[in-house]
Amino acid sequence: MLVVNGLVKRFGGFTAVNNVSFKVDQGEILGLIGPNGSGKSTIFNMLSGTFPPTAGSIQFEGRELAGLAPHRIINSGIGRTFQIPRPFKRLSIFENAALAGYYGQGSHNRAKAEEAAGRALAMVGLPTDRNALVDGLGAAGLKKLELAKALATGPKLLLADESLGGLDESEMDQAADMLRKIRDELGITIIWVEHIMGVLMRVVDRVMVLDHGEKISEGLPSQVAGDPRVIEVYLGTDAHSTQAAAAEQRR
Amino acid sequence: MNQRHILIAVIGAALVALPFVYRDPYHLHILVLILIWSFAYTSWSVMGRFGLVSLGHGGFMGVGAYVTVLLWNHLGISPWLGIPIALVCAGALALVVAYPCFRFRITGHYFALVTLALSGIVLQVITATRDYTGGSLGYTPERTKGSHILALQFDDKVVWYLIALGVWAAGLLIWHWVDRSMSRYAMEAISEDEDAAAAAGVNVTFEKLRITVISALMTALAGALYGQYQMFISPDTVSGIAVSLQMVFAAVVGGIYVALGPTVGAIITILLAEILRIGFGTKAVGWDNLVYGVLLILFIIFLPKGILGSLLARLKSPTKH
Repeated sequence: MLVVNGLVKRFGGFTAVNNVSFKVDQGEILGLIGPNGSGKSTIFNMLSGTFPPTAGSIQFEGRELAGLAPHRIINSGIGRTFQIPRPFKRLSIFENAALAGYYGQGSHNRAKAEEAAGRALAMVGLPTDRNALVDGLGAAGLKKLELAKALATGPKLLLADESLGGLDESEMDQAADMLRKIRDELGITIIWVEHIMGVLMRVVDRVMVLDHGEKISEGLPSQVAGDPRVIEVYLGTDAHSTQAAAAEQRR
Repeated sequence: MNQRHILIAVIGAALVALPFVYRDPYHLHILVLILIWSFAYTSWSVMGRFGLVSLGHGGFMGVGAYVTVLLWNHLGISPWLGIPIALVCAGALALVVAYPCFRFRITGHYFALVTLALSGIVLQVITATRDYTGGSLGYTPERTKGSHILALQFDDKVVWYLIALGVWAAGLLIWHWVDRSMSRYAMEAISEDEDAAAAAGVNVTFEKLRITVISALMTALAGALYGQYQMFISPDTVSGIAVSLQMVFAAVVGGIYVALGPTVGAIITILLAEILRIGFGTKAVGWDNLVYGVLLILFIIFLPKGILGSLLARLKSPTKH
């Protein structure tokens, strides 16, 4: 579904992403992990068109997306969330989602947009009342809104930048279950970015690990968790919890 | 909702009937000025309300006024054709200035500065081409020897009052239409966070350009009408930085988030200018600009919703501002 080849991003002399290639198959959840600054969000920003890659190609359903304007990429069936939620505070919760439904689906049809907004909000468990304000939402609510906005654009591939920091353990579990539900019920393929490995390993089909802008490992969660290079990068509590989670999945 | 429609119809009928009942020429003149400037200020607020602070609208107004009169005087083209041509020119100018700004993400203060330069440039061009435009001495459309309708020149103030009223009402309709459209959602989103708006699928550059061109076209129409009505235009009255600042001031004072805000702003600024003119005569030339400047700062700090906006907000919820 998505084939990324030789992706490179340089900011001045700094190489944020160096020659990364990967594939995403229809219907899978790919976990993208790595420590802070390893290039995860940079890859997302290139996939969603926030900035163009320095080199490399991004093929989505056979179409080249590298360098296209963000709205074109969104219209071609990719939805994204931001790591730090970026709601539009001057619009109501419903209007936030309706906006994404109107422009994101590319059809510019108000009735269809509002229908998509209602469905997306119901899916993530936010009020579908038209006047509820963004101001009343907490950290978990804002993340749900971020997801609802992405879903309202009608994506086939969802780029979920779901740094779950700031959420407590049960909220993290809920968020992870939500992504699985989105895949299972809506058939949306997902790339999930995270820097904490624990919860992610429980849900994803495949994991790709980045460090300093390079891909250091890729495979099933259980394989990746045992990879010495990954353990080296994630030395400490994270490595431990990763192995525990992988062990749990094997059972 | 129905009550509201009836109220609008009653007020509309009263405004149309007014000049047939009350014919004092001076007061009608002030009313025509208020309506034309209200339309200009409404045009500014169509984009200004989304944080696109343009200090270049004097330029669009100048293009509207001068192109119309130049075509009439030099080529004998009727304003009925000249005004559309002038609007096309203003729209093209808006595209030329705004596209690079939006494409390269020049926003906020920097956008205001670029547009400020536009005001200055249009003023300079009018002054420099004095052989055609009369320069800083001003310019007068030639009196028609034929049809008044074809030349869009009317001696009867009632005719001008009705034209200005119609255009003003059309301006309010456009404001209302933008307010109700999905474009407003998009523009609100863009004004908060352009990247997030783009991630929602909004073509940020296109949406900003569209609202800017709409606003520029309306402003140019205001300039053209002003020239035809006054039968005299000068760079200082229809273009330049002073006119641009006056638009910002009036719109902000009245309230840029409510449809009638700019109209309230026009009433206040024009009455202020007239009172200063009558009260102090030539001694007070330029004072109104000084007063505008001070008031603008006070309003932005203490009453950002403007007079009408704050009043309406207070009526809706008496406890909060």
